[in-house]
Amino acid sequence: MPDVLVFVEYSEGKPVKAALQALGAGSRLATELGGTAIALVIGGDGGELGKKGAGRVLVASGDAIKAYSPDGYARILADQAAATRAAVVLASATPMGKDFVARAAARAKCGLAADCTELKVEGGKPVAVRPVYAGKAMLAVQAPGTLWATLRPNAFGEATSSDAAKIEPVAVGFDAASLMAVVREIVEGVRGKLDVAEAEVVVSGGRGLKDPAGEGKQNWQNLEKLADAIGAAVGASRAVVDAGWRPHGDQVGQTGKTVSPKLYIACGISGAIQHLAGMSGSKVIVAINKDENAPIFKVADYGIIGTVEEVVPALTEAFSKSLRG
Amino acid sequence: MEIVVCIRRAPTTDARIKPAADGKNYEPAGINYDISEYDKFAIEAAIQLKEKHTGKVTVLCMGSKEATKEVRTAIAMGCDAAELLVDEAFRDSWATASALAARLKSLPHDIVLFGWNSVDNQSASTGQMVAELLGLPSVSVAVSMEVADGAAQIERLAAGGKREKYYIKLPAVVTCQKGLNKYRSPNMKGIMAAKKTVVAETPANAPADGVAVLRLQPPPPRADGKIVGKGADAVNELVRLLREEAKVI
Repeated sequence: MPDVLVFVEYSEGKPVKAALQALGAGSRLATELGGTAIALVIGGDGGELGKKGAGRVLVASGDAIKAYSPDGYARILADQAAATRAAVVLASATPMGKDFVARAAARAKCGLAADCTELKVEGGKPVAVRPVYAGKAMLAVQAPGTLWATLRPNAFGEATSSDAAKIEPVAVGFDAASLMAVVREIVEGVRGKLDVAEAEVVVSGGRGLKDPAGEGKQNWQNLEKLADAIGAAVGASRAVVDAGWRPHGDQVGQTGKTVSPKLYIACGISGAIQHLAGMSGSKVIVAINKDENAPIFKVADYGIIGTVEEVVPALTEAFSKSLRG
Repeated sequence: MEIVVCIRRAPTTDARIKPAADGKNYEPAGINYDISEYDKFAIEAAIQLKEKHTGKVTVLCMGSKEATKEVRTAIAMGCDAAELLVDEAFRDSWATASALAARLKSLPHDIVLFGWNSVDNQSASTGQMVAELLGLPSVSVAVSMEVADGAAQIERLAAGGKREKYYIKLPAVVTCQKGLNKYRSPNMKGIMAAKKTVVAETPANAPADGVAVLRLQPPPPRADGKIVGKGADAVNELVRLLREEAKVI
């Protein structure tokens, strides 16, 4: 059967949003191929997945899954890929998915189409499309056997289904002692901080905001307030990260994160080709820049010509007023 | 300590990528190349390990013959020996990982370092695949690393700015992220050494690609945008457009 196996990542007992999107993509692809979407859960109960597109739900159990292990998770996924004889294996391209799914694919002697933004069927065979060169080009690929792919967060929508799936426990056939790398401790980042790669809305700051340790202090506070007002993650250009103004995890662009939020607001970013590459997959782009010739306006859907000092606080107020209704 | 660092030659990040006439590769005219950005953090990590624990750093690169330039740059930064696994085509991470793993089976290694992602193919998977093929532990996206007594303590960047801590036994594969270190530029002594170094070239022992390229296309074009206005006066109109026209808030 041309079934689609989807690894559904859980965090604190709940499926993460990107994983539900992957399950949605898997369920639509399975329908097109004439098969079933099979969810694989490690470290969760799989409870709601029948309503989110899964026709079957496999839930792994055993002492080997008490903490995340790249080699352990890879083994479970590769084992289930073999057991289900899936035609396609999917996972979300989150930090966890990017880490272990490559190992799992190699274990299955397969390649990996990483960070895909589109899945389709051509001539009866699944095809994955993925941005390369940070989105300067798109690569369509096909696998000779099982297609393994990770899917970019926010590039696919969730699905709803009738909840007919039953939970099938899967015993993990190895114990914790056989794992090579296991997470021992998780050092918290900033509490409740949204990751730019996964956020639906991103507000990014560039050199135009100036040094936060000097004259730019108020600008960065204003940017944070704007992000808070609309539930956005804060991103940054490379120049800003290289100057040490923002942590490198915030960097958007070819040598940072490639993002596809539904709304990207670039503030004081001129738009170097590397930055444009990293964010041009966003659904809607807003640019605020004092230089009307800045390259950022070439990709922006909406632009405001003006200084960040003036426009950003005004925009925060306008959003707040609008959201209050 | 035997340290191997795997690097990739990639178009520089300011390159304009246009599909070539064959529809599968990019147009090579006017493209400049460099060591893929994250691999430089891996090279630096390798040199720092050698400086602290003594040993040897070998640069391993699969790529075209032109990649000797990038391999020599790695030597100039402070690596000791270099090997090029020659393959002229653009290969996927499975083919690349298989060729690297095949070579590593007979190349001594206590630790194998990679950049966490390449700036061209952006698969972020070659290091983990090599680890799986060699049966070694892997930690990807490392932002801190301490090696002592045949083991490593590593932090990797996880979702939402969290850091996962690992303690692993060597040999192991580690992929390196910006933040792990600040990489050095080659000095005169390094540049002279790079000139004298013999880069061993052998044909890459790579299987067929795991995912075959059907086509390389330009990204979907974006519709023309509009300037909403100037200064703070334009914000109310922008919010209205985002709500009523774009429907994103």
